[in-house]
Amino acid sequence: MAGLGGRMSTVVKAKVSKLLDRAEDPAETLDYSYQKQVEQLQNVKKGIADVVTAKKRLQMQETSLQQSVVKLDTQARQALSSGQEDLARTALERKNVAQTELQGLDTQVAELEEQQQKLTDSEQKLRAKIEAFRTKKEVIKAQYSAAEAQVRISEAATGVGEQMADVGLAMQRAVDKTENMKARADAVSELEAAGTFNDITALGSGEDDIDRQLKQLSSKSAVDDELEKMKGEVGAPAGAGQLPAQGESSEPAPPAGGQS
Amino acid sequence: MIARISGEEQYELPDEDASRLNELESAVVAVVEGGREAEFDSSYGALLDFVRSNGRVVPDDELQGSDVILPPADLTFQEAGREFTGEGLIPD
Repeated sequence: MAGLGGRMSTVVKAKVSKLLDRAEDPAETLDYSYQKQVEQLQNVKKGIADVVTAKKRLQMQETSLQQSVVKLDTQARQALSSGQEDLARTALERKNVAQTELQGLDTQVAELEEQQQKLTDSEQKLRAKIEAFRTKKEVIKAQYSAAEAQVRISEAATGVGEQMADVGLAMQRAVDKTENMKARADAVSELEAAGTFNDITALGSGEDDIDRQLKQLSSKSAVDDELEKMKGEVGAPAGAGQLPAQGESSEPAPPAGGQS
Repeated sequence: MIARISGEEQYELPDEDASRLNELESAVVAVVEGGREAEFDSSYGALLDFVRSNGRVVPDDELQGSDVILPPADLTFQEAGREFTGEGLIPD
């Protein structure tokens, strides 16, 4: 028999029969099995808590990225108002990256939400099975001879064991998803730590690594479009001249030629 | 016979459904072995739907082992490549 199904049920059955082999007293086996099941249930709860933690982490990143988007937008406007188009472009490029990351995070949070729900459902099912086992073990203890009890125990333990394996599989899938997301979230954190989404005005004119990476990452045309749009809204220096304090309001800043 | 769909329920199916189940399962194996990814979701979906619609859900307070355990419904084609090969999931 090939396949996951075969393997899984074989493993469960093997574990159960090993347990039974060891046991001399069925009553003892039953109590021991039950105790193990309750322990497993605790593990499942921990697994759910891990998924919730991962989700919260992503949600915090979302909030922080949203703030960055607002800030970068403001900075781009300020830069444009004072005629620093290059700076405005850099700010918009960063905003673009932050927005793309935000979209990715949305999807991931929704996915984790789904995993959490599945695990919670599985946990409830497992809890019900364990409860059934608890009832059944008392019946078995009271009503069956040792030899007969073995058979009944095997049946009951396999039933619970399978449910346990099922929750284990769901948990593994949730963990895999969470790990992938964590790697990605870490990458975003690194960008943040590197100041990518932070204070644009702190930047000199020189390009650093991040700048170059950003240019590759961001969609250039989207940035260009937004820049043009913003120029209209802000009323770039050529027009209304919102910052006439410089004195040279007669000479509009040349539209910086840097198209790289 | 009892079939479990991972992440869902255990279903009790009439014994005479076993041959239809085998057919559906062989179809999935053929799709996977033929590398026909586009057909995977519908063929695996058909197998699961057959179990869901013909089986009686085993209540939570009944404790029994399954004869067949099917992978979860969100199984990907790549994962299926590792699970559905040769004889398949259902032993003859």
